[in-house]
Amino acid sequence: MKKLLSLIMVVCMVLSLTVVAASAEGVAADKIKVGFIFIGDENEGYTYSHLVAAQEMQKALGLSDDQIIIRYNIPESEACYEAAVDLAEQGCNIIFANSFGHEDYLFKAAAEYPEIQFCHATGTKAASSGLTNTHNYFTAIYEARYISGVVGGMKLQSMIDDGTITADQAKVGYVGAYPYAEVVSGYTAFFLGVRAMCPSATMEVVYTNSWADAALEKEAAESMIADGCKLIGQHADTTGASTACEPAGVPIVGYNISMIPTAPTMALTSSTNNWVPYVTYAVKSVLDGTAIDVDWCKGFSEGAVALTDLNKDAIAAGTEEKVAELEKAIADGTLHVFDTSTFTVGGETMTTFDTCYGFEGYEMISDGYFHESELRSAPTFELRIDGITEK
Amino acid sequence: MSATTVKEPWVHVVKRDRMTVGKSALIHLAGVVLALIICALVIFMLTGLNPIDVYAGIWDGALGTSRRTWVTLRDSAILLCIGFAITPAFRMRFWNIGAEGQVLVGAMATAAVMIYGANWPSWALYTLMPIAGVLAGALWGLIPAVFKAKWNTNETLFTLMLNYVAMQAVTYAIIFWENPKGSNSVGLINMQSEAGWLPSIADNKYLLTIFVVLVIMVLLYGYMKYTKQGYEISVVGESENTARYAGINVKRVIIRTMALSGALAGVAGFLLVSGAGHTISTSVADGRGFTAIVVAWLGKLNPFAMLVVAFFLVFMQRGSIQIASQFGLNDSASEILTGIILFCVLGCEFFINYRLEFRHEEEAVKA
Repeated sequence: MKKLLSLIMVVCMVLSLTVVAASAEGVAADKIKVGFIFIGDENEGYTYSHLVAAQEMQKALGLSDDQIIIRYNIPESEACYEAAVDLAEQGCNIIFANSFGHEDYLFKAAAEYPEIQFCHATGTKAASSGLTNTHNYFTAIYEARYISGVVGGMKLQSMIDDGTITADQAKVGYVGAYPYAEVVSGYTAFFLGVRAMCPSATMEVVYTNSWADAALEKEAAESMIADGCKLIGQHADTTGASTACEPAGVPIVGYNISMIPTAPTMALTSSTNNWVPYVTYAVKSVLDGTAIDVDWCKGFSEGAVALTDLNKDAIAAGTEEKVAELEKAIADGTLHVFDTSTFTVGGETMTTFDTCYGFEGYEMISDGYFHESELRSAPTFELRIDGITEK
Repeated sequence: MSATTVKEPWVHVVKRDRMTVGKSALIHLAGVVLALIICALVIFMLTGLNPIDVYAGIWDGALGTSRRTWVTLRDSAILLCIGFAITPAFRMRFWNIGAEGQVLVGAMATAAVMIYGANWPSWALYTLMPIAGVLAGALWGLIPAVFKAKWNTNETLFTLMLNYVAMQAVTYAIIFWENPKGSNSVGLINMQSEAGWLPSIADNKYLLTIFVVLVIMVLLYGYMKYTKQGYEISVVGESENTARYAGINVKRVIIRTMALSGALAGVAGFLLVSGAGHTISTSVADGRGFTAIVVAWLGKLNPFAMLVVAFFLVFMQRGSIQIASQFGLNDSASEILTGIILFCVLGCEFFINYRLEFRHEEEAVKA
């Protein structure tokens, strides 16, 4: 009898230990709640890609509809803070916000709810917030921009080869949003991709000073086409540029979504973000009770960036093979986008750079390449390289 | 035969005498009920959802938790404050549709003090912020008033255009204040020290804003109703010639009133920056300057009626966030509902001012 009693006690203790261990390990899958704060709704491409991530994550982890709470059309203002604390009060264990300007408001809420994880896309302040529950994430979109540049460069070179244009006419136009590191990093990657395939290429950049303004983007593309640009690239969120390219007969490399519907004969491909890997990873971390990276930035290696469908009617011969080859090379780390042997700044090859804005004193260049997005998830490459002019 | 019998129209519209408050309230209530029924039909036909659930969602979004209730009240207070700002100008029949810009410059001046005065003693900061906001707003109101008084320029266009000037000024200021550099956004000002953020009262950070607006409400009501200056505003509004005949200096009244109007908008700008957002951007006013015109007009410049209208508009807007999340109905859905309700409520005005007389009634009277 005594033996039986002690056995029961031991069993009880073991059981209680496992229960304690389980609660320390994470949140039960049927208890977790996930909150999202979106700048737009499904009608806006950037938010739509995050919405897809929320849905895919829900499927992958088997969560029910009422475990996902989404707040749409939340501006970059006090409204974001209100939305965040509201989600926290509804019992969310992890909260995502998708717009750059949400960051301060999201992290202000994070300070009040230390047991909840707050993840912010495209931001820069998680590491310096002094909090342990703030996280930034971004995709290594520069990898996809580089390869989309390769697609454009092959097209440009094929036009030189068949005599449509001369080598010194190979000028690229780029519709940029703001003169900001994210855009500079992106257009430099794009240009390096173009020039890898078309060595005589030069590029000019026109800023619209807006993330999404179809009319301005169209106008910018038109002005660059009038200025002699033979290929258009973009870092702005609408299809504006493609609507200028189709009638002018100028190939376009888009962003976010395929431009084939708006430029059926001229759209080559678009670089695009895939937020599914991160959102799934972060929520799974909460379920498992493991730490989420303070800064997360992944590219082809995790499937976090991609190219949209290549337009077979418009691309140069051999493009598909080249794209597949380079995607593999970037994913396995044999190809680095910001290889310092491929560009110069002020006529000089860069061997050292430790005055990067926000990371003064850190050496960004080693092993022959600029280490983009390694110190933080958001892009830091802000050097203006030779061959590109900003207007 | 045809020449002599003029066919009497089926229905006559006849102007009513003044209606009792109770009766007009009843008509408004009927309008709202009708609106809710139409909305229910629209919701059901377009989405197949149960309208009652959607109404419950709206209610839940605006007043579902104590925090949501406070935010709804705070946002109503700020909208109301802007409504109060345009009230004296509208009473004077000076069509100030520049509240948006006046709020914006008030917000910008407040933000400037917050940014440059981050290390000042807090009494200096808290004194200078509202002063800066009020002065900037007043200045923005004075400009069109002076032009109107001196050269009789069109104030509607002038105040409207100044909104865009204010937006450009803010865009320009952001270049100097943006954080991080190049991001084109200022972010939270003094995020760590919270210098210049309106303090909480009894652990409630929404209360002070609401309190300030209620004080303004009482003061403005007294000013408009019981002071000589308030009376002058009404007289100028009724007829400038009468005012002149009565010895009122019309130019002075116009300038003084618009300065007041702008100053109150400046207070709203101050509250938006110091009390709510703690940042500055071109969307700080977020169209409130225009929504406030709806508030003032629907409330017939009566502060208590305006309070109801402002609360209703904010209620619907905050409810929309909930129904978007709960039923996947985006912003436009609640705008449609708000539109239907406003249409019905405005339609009430017709039945309050006029009555319909049908033909057979007339015949019966003749016989």
